[in-house]
Amino acid sequence: MNQISPRVLLIRGMLAGLAAGVAAFLVAYLLGESKVDAAIAIEEAGAHDHGDEMAPVSRALQATAGLGTGTLLYGVAIGGIAALVFCYALGRVGRFGPRATALLVSGGLFLTVNLVPFLKYPSNPPAVGDPDTVVQRTTLFVLMIALSVLLAAGALILGRRLAPGLGNWNASIVASLAFVAAIGLAYALLPGINEVPKGFPAALVWEFRITTLTIQVALWATFGLAFGYLAERALVPGATAKKAVQPTG
Amino acid sequence: MAHSAVPTTAPAAISPISLKELAPWALFVGVLMLVLLYLVGAEQGATAVFQGDTIHEWMHDGRHLLGFPCH
Repeated sequence: MNQISPRVLLIRGMLAGLAAGVAAFLVAYLLGESKVDAAIAIEEAGAHDHGDEMAPVSRALQATAGLGTGTLLYGVAIGGIAALVFCYALGRVGRFGPRATALLVSGGLFLTVNLVPFLKYPSNPPAVGDPDTVVQRTTLFVLMIALSVLLAAGALILGRRLAPGLGNWNASIVASLAFVAAIGLAYALLPGINEVPKGFPAALVWEFRITTLTIQVALWATFGLAFGYLAERALVPGATAKKAVQPTG
Repeated sequence: MAHSAVPTTAPAAISPISLKELAPWALFVGVLMLVLLYLVGAEQGATAVFQGDTIHEWMHDGRHLLGFPCH
């Protein structure tokens, strides 16, 4: 196994991220847009509508080109960051190959960057959320992500420290429990946010939130598989040579 | 980079990328990607670098569906 420059892996990570962004866009467009439209319809029928302010971007553009821009850029950015984590994890997490490492990194990042923060500060459709509290909500959301990532890193270090004494299995259990306990404490201490307006259909909130979770699952699964494939081709020369060089004799 | 000329059938344990080599990439790419995430997720929402609300409106559906607090 030859040494590889992070540059190669980072470029491939962003490419895989782009593919993941496409997957996210497809799920968001096919499953999510109907919920966004339904929420906006309720918002506009409600008492406090936005008045007759000019919309700088039409709904048709928001739902297609706008959504596409957002999901693709998000995919590329997430892909670059995940590739960095992969560069660090590669060869440091036991004897996992590139593909298994890529899936582990994707799963771990989905858990810490999306799922754990989501359970405290879930996504909301339009019409849910007071515009006056957007700074507070954004701060808490970012804080929750940062806490989740830091606590996960701490749990990994703890597991590493305990492994020689307890063995890998038990050390992993203790580290996971420590992570769950610390996250539980963070959930309990951070202020809750519930700005669902009175009479807003609970089913729509539920469906919207499940859809956003589905989008993230599609994104991370695509990234993990695509990046694992690309990273393996870069890291294991034989993986490509086997196909490229056909025996002629 | 030192290339090994000896082909191995079974992949050996992967040698980790040294932190010294990774650090400048982590800084450069890390900051760039976070700026990108900020533009998609929070610009002209919680804070604004650019005036107006075109970026916010353009990213509107993406923000909601990617789980960011929007408005």
